[in-house]
Amino acid sequence: MHKDLLRLARAERGVRVHLACCLAAAVLAGLLVLVQAELLAGVLSGRFAVAALLPLALVVACRGLLGWAQGVLAGRAATALKSALRRLLLGRVEGLGPAYRSGELVTLAGRGLDALDPYLTGYLPSVAVAGIVPLAVVVRLFVADLATAVIVVLTLPLIPVFGALVGWTTKTVTERQWRALARLGGHFLDVVRGLPTLRAFGRARYQASVIREVAEAHRAATMRTLRVAFLSSLVLELVASLSLALVAVPVGLRLLSGSLDLRTALLVLLLAPEAYLPLRAMGTRFHAAMEGVAAADEAFAVIDPPREAVAEPPQQAVAEPPREAGRTAAPAGATRIARRATPDGGPPEIRLEDVTVRYPGREETALDRVSLVIRPGERVAIAGPSGAGKSTLLHLLLGFVTPSEGRVLADGTDLADLDLDEWRRRLAFVPQRPHLFATSVADNIALGSAAGPDEIRAAAEAAQVAEFAGALPQGYDTPLGERGANLSAGQRQRVALARAFCRPAAQVLLLDEPTARLDGRSEAAVVAATRRLAEGRTAIIVAHRPAMIDLADRVVRLDGGVLVHPVPAPSISTQGGEAR
Amino acid sequence: MSRAETTTAVSPWSVVAGMGRRLVLAALAGAAADLAGVALIASAAWLITRAAEQPPLAALSVAIVAVRAFATTRGVFRYGERLAGHDVALRAQASTRERLYRALIPAGPLPQRGADLLSRMVDDTDAVQDLLVRCLLPAAAALITGVAAVVIVGFLLPAAAFALAAGLLVAGVLLPAGTAAAARRWSARIAPARADLAARVADLVHGAADLAAYGARDRALSAAMDADGRLSRLERRQARINAAALGLGMLTQGLTVVAVVLTAQAAGLDRVATAVAALTSLVAFEPALPLAAAGERFAGVVAALRRLRETAATPPAVREPADPAPAPESPLTVEVDDLVVRHGGREPALNGVSLTLTPGRRVAVVGPSGAGKSTLLSALMRTVEIESGTIRLNGTDVRRLSSDDVRALVTGLTQDPYVFQATVGDNLRLAGPEASAEDVGAAVRRARLDTWAERTGWDTVLGEDGRTVSGGQLQRLALARALLYDPPVLLLDEPAEALDEETADLLMADLLDATRGRTTLLVTHRLRGLEQVDEIVVLEGGRVTQRGTHADLVAVPGYYRDLWESEALTRHRG
Repeated sequence: MHKDLLRLARAERGVRVHLACCLAAAVLAGLLVLVQAELLAGVLSGRFAVAALLPLALVVACRGLLGWAQGVLAGRAATALKSALRRLLLGRVEGLGPAYRSGELVTLAGRGLDALDPYLTGYLPSVAVAGIVPLAVVVRLFVADLATAVIVVLTLPLIPVFGALVGWTTKTVTERQWRALARLGGHFLDVVRGLPTLRAFGRARYQASVIREVAEAHRAATMRTLRVAFLSSLVLELVASLSLALVAVPVGLRLLSGSLDLRTALLVLLLAPEAYLPLRAMGTRFHAAMEGVAAADEAFAVIDPPREAVAEPPQQAVAEPPREAGRTAAPAGATRIARRATPDGGPPEIRLEDVTVRYPGREETALDRVSLVIRPGERVAIAGPSGAGKSTLLHLLLGFVTPSEGRVLADGTDLADLDLDEWRRRLAFVPQRPHLFATSVADNIALGSAAGPDEIRAAAEAAQVAEFAGALPQGYDTPLGERGANLSAGQRQRVALARAFCRPAAQVLLLDEPTARLDGRSEAAVVAATRRLAEGRTAIIVAHRPAMIDLADRVVRLDGGVLVHPVPAPSISTQGGEAR
Repeated sequence: MSRAETTTAVSPWSVVAGMGRRLVLAALAGAAADLAGVALIASAAWLITRAAEQPPLAALSVAIVAVRAFATTRGVFRYGERLAGHDVALRAQASTRERLYRALIPAGPLPQRGADLLSRMVDDTDAVQDLLVRCLLPAAAALITGVAAVVIVGFLLPAAAFALAAGLLVAGVLLPAGTAAAARRWSARIAPARADLAARVADLVHGAADLAAYGARDRALSAAMDADGRLSRLERRQARINAAALGLGMLTQGLTVVAVVLTAQAAGLDRVATAVAALTSLVAFEPALPLAAAGERFAGVVAALRRLRETAATPPAVREPADPAPAPESPLTVEVDDLVVRHGGREPALNGVSLTLTPGRRVAVVGPSGAGKSTLLSALMRTVEIESGTIRLNGTDVRRLSSDDVRALVTGLTQDPYVFQATVGDNLRLAGPEASAEDVGAAVRRARLDTWAERTGWDTVLGEDGRTVSGGQLQRLALARALLYDPPVLLLDEPAEALDEETADLLMADLLDATRGRTTLLVTHRLRGLEQVDEIVVLEGGRVTQRGTHADLVAVPGYYRDLWESEALTRHRG
């Protein structure tokens, strides 16, 4: 069994008990086949009276019952294990940072884990049965008829040996073919998605023949592989059925000579196939099971990242450790207590001291020895070309990223020593592309706060969400669709601003290009709302557009992670040092 | 484009159309393999029970040969069945995909949008494989084998044959029908639960930064786990039904054998015939029992095919003329007269728009989002139907031209340009497969994509969803394609969208240079540089509210002057 999966299955009580019972039911049902064969052989040979059909019916009923129990328990074990894995996966989301391929994670945590079903409900029970039942059959055959037992014992190992041999020789080819299959699906999806573009350039019809050619080439290649791959099933089938012939014919001849009784002969005939069956059943489930293993591998690669990724120096810029995992495994309580509560009061003074940020796996630094002081209540615009480290600076203040060198101080306390949850409660963040959740407009605005309807309304008014919220089909109760798709970019940005308005206690505003994708009129609305929001608060605004930059007391320019000389704003004179 | 193409339905039977011979072959091979299995056991049972009566050896020789022959052929037939079955399944899948794609070419916007739904549609085409390999072919083999077994037993004892037939009907027909019905019912309940979980997981992952910043992560996580719990409960209940089908199948098999033996004993059948009837009955269930699981899958396959059928039946975006007029020659004059376009039953997206593009003239369309700017371009490209009014190319109504011909003349940078999983070069050459390297280079330079293209490398494959391409680069790539295609009438839909201020200004300046003297319709929300175009049309709410040159429009109050002032205001300070 998959090592990590086994560990998880052991740790989760719901999984452990159900899985164990499921395997036991499967094995028991397999062993009952021996009893069934015994009774049937007795009745057919005339040794047992017709009355023996009653216990036979009982055995049959028991097998049916055990089969049902096995299915029910397997379903319980599978859902429990998937839930446990899902919980671990989702608990890791925050720790992965924004660079992780989020689309794949969503698929993995959703439909991806369903690949475990055939592994748990089909493959594992068949492995348990294959481990025990053939052995029991062989023992019974030894007792009944030595010659048959010897034939079965000699041919039985051929099944796993040939299976492994053929599997091994075709493994790489088969894997390549599966990948090709996935690519084929990917190609088709790609073409369908790009259909409007193909249409615009008159290439749509041409692609239809490409689809056919690619599929035809794939089919030809796949059939070449399958001709070899299916040899395994040919061999297994031949071994099983020829063994039956090898058993049946000598048994018939020995019956002829009178050296064997009919009951034993029938028992042998009924039991011999049962020795091969479990191994073949396991083989047929192997392929689907391997997809489950692949899904489990993928999941555990996210949950317990490979060693080299973990073994980075502790000061590397990785995001916050996973909270869910930390709670169960590490003594997180101790570090929590050690963290100091945030000093309360007005907006804090924020001081960056020689802060360098390096993302794992990247050569260049995202921020390079940046020193900066932001006074309470100051409005600072951060400008610079894309990739200059502007967003990294905001993420640093949010605690999404930690400095590789240097430190960030809030009112003189290192951010690393603060309780992050509490610190973030003092911040209001409007990201460049705010995510709108699949809930109502009101819930999207109230995100993370206990605001009542009136406060939400007020925030919506302030951020000019009210303008369009009233026109939505259900007003503030309108659910926002797949990733909030039914609002325009400007409207989405204003919902995100309303979130910030909904946290009156926030003292520091962090805005990441809030007007980047807006047209002139929407921009004016957002700028006006931001101006109101910034009153009495510290505001740090990443901005491209002049209108936004105008809002600031001071402009800080970043280029290639380095702080370029600050530009004095008209209202505040400064001698040009970054710390004032 | 033929009419038949658009109306081709994707039904369980049409997917295998034209491969009847292969299909019959695969089904026969499967049946032969199963029959060999039954015959192997039956002949072995006869051999043993007859041998116990100690007849002369010659009486057994036929049975001995039969046992050996059936033992050998079973594996060979099985091998043939699997090869033939997979071959026909792959063929069916390929033809389904091709047909679906052909049906989508002229289709209007799909009713189901979103990347997930689209990828599910592609997954649905995989269902065709399962339909054949897991449902239809095994069912055919089980049917043939079942009938053969009933006939064999019927020769020995008709009453026992009735018992066997009844048992096989339960295991091979009733149980699969039951699992199929249950799967239909349950998937109707499970699908929304699954979608709910997917939405919550997506929120948790895509909104991770928002949740962390607002301390709302724990609540979102528990909401996702609640959704997981609801889904798990449903899945467990479905597993119970499938488990019951499995148990009932075993029970039916065993009880049928008991019933056959009982009938045989009651009828006083001899020992040999009883053994043969009993063991034949036992083995005859082997192909029938897996059909319960196949029934469950069949329900899923049918649903998948129904979705594909609905997708393929998406009405074409525009009516193609039965007898298209010859395409007009360049240079082109485009006349839009009193154009009305409506999406569905809503308010008209365009409500009486007129404009004229004479050769070499450049017209810009501005207006707030939702004003109908993109709809106007779609109407010009014949990807949306005209309700009333006309669009004429050199005097020919576009409705009399084939839409492909119209797009060969009037096209360019469209909304949502797409990056294919192909090299940088191939992504560009899409718009000009025959273009020379110089032409490609020139188009790339004019789109200011040259630095990026050099740095990325022409042979670099752009990732899934073009993820390695930023929004700005994507826009430039699309622009380079449009310039490479070089249509007589160039359409540009928000070319500077998603670019930062400086780059956007540079791009617009280059663009206005590059299109000088070229018939161009430019949709934009940035006014800088528009003093160079010949006419500006202001669209608001589907109507032209203002038109004229830049100088005309800034002179009068209205949308244009408001926007210009706010842009100028923000531009000159800071």
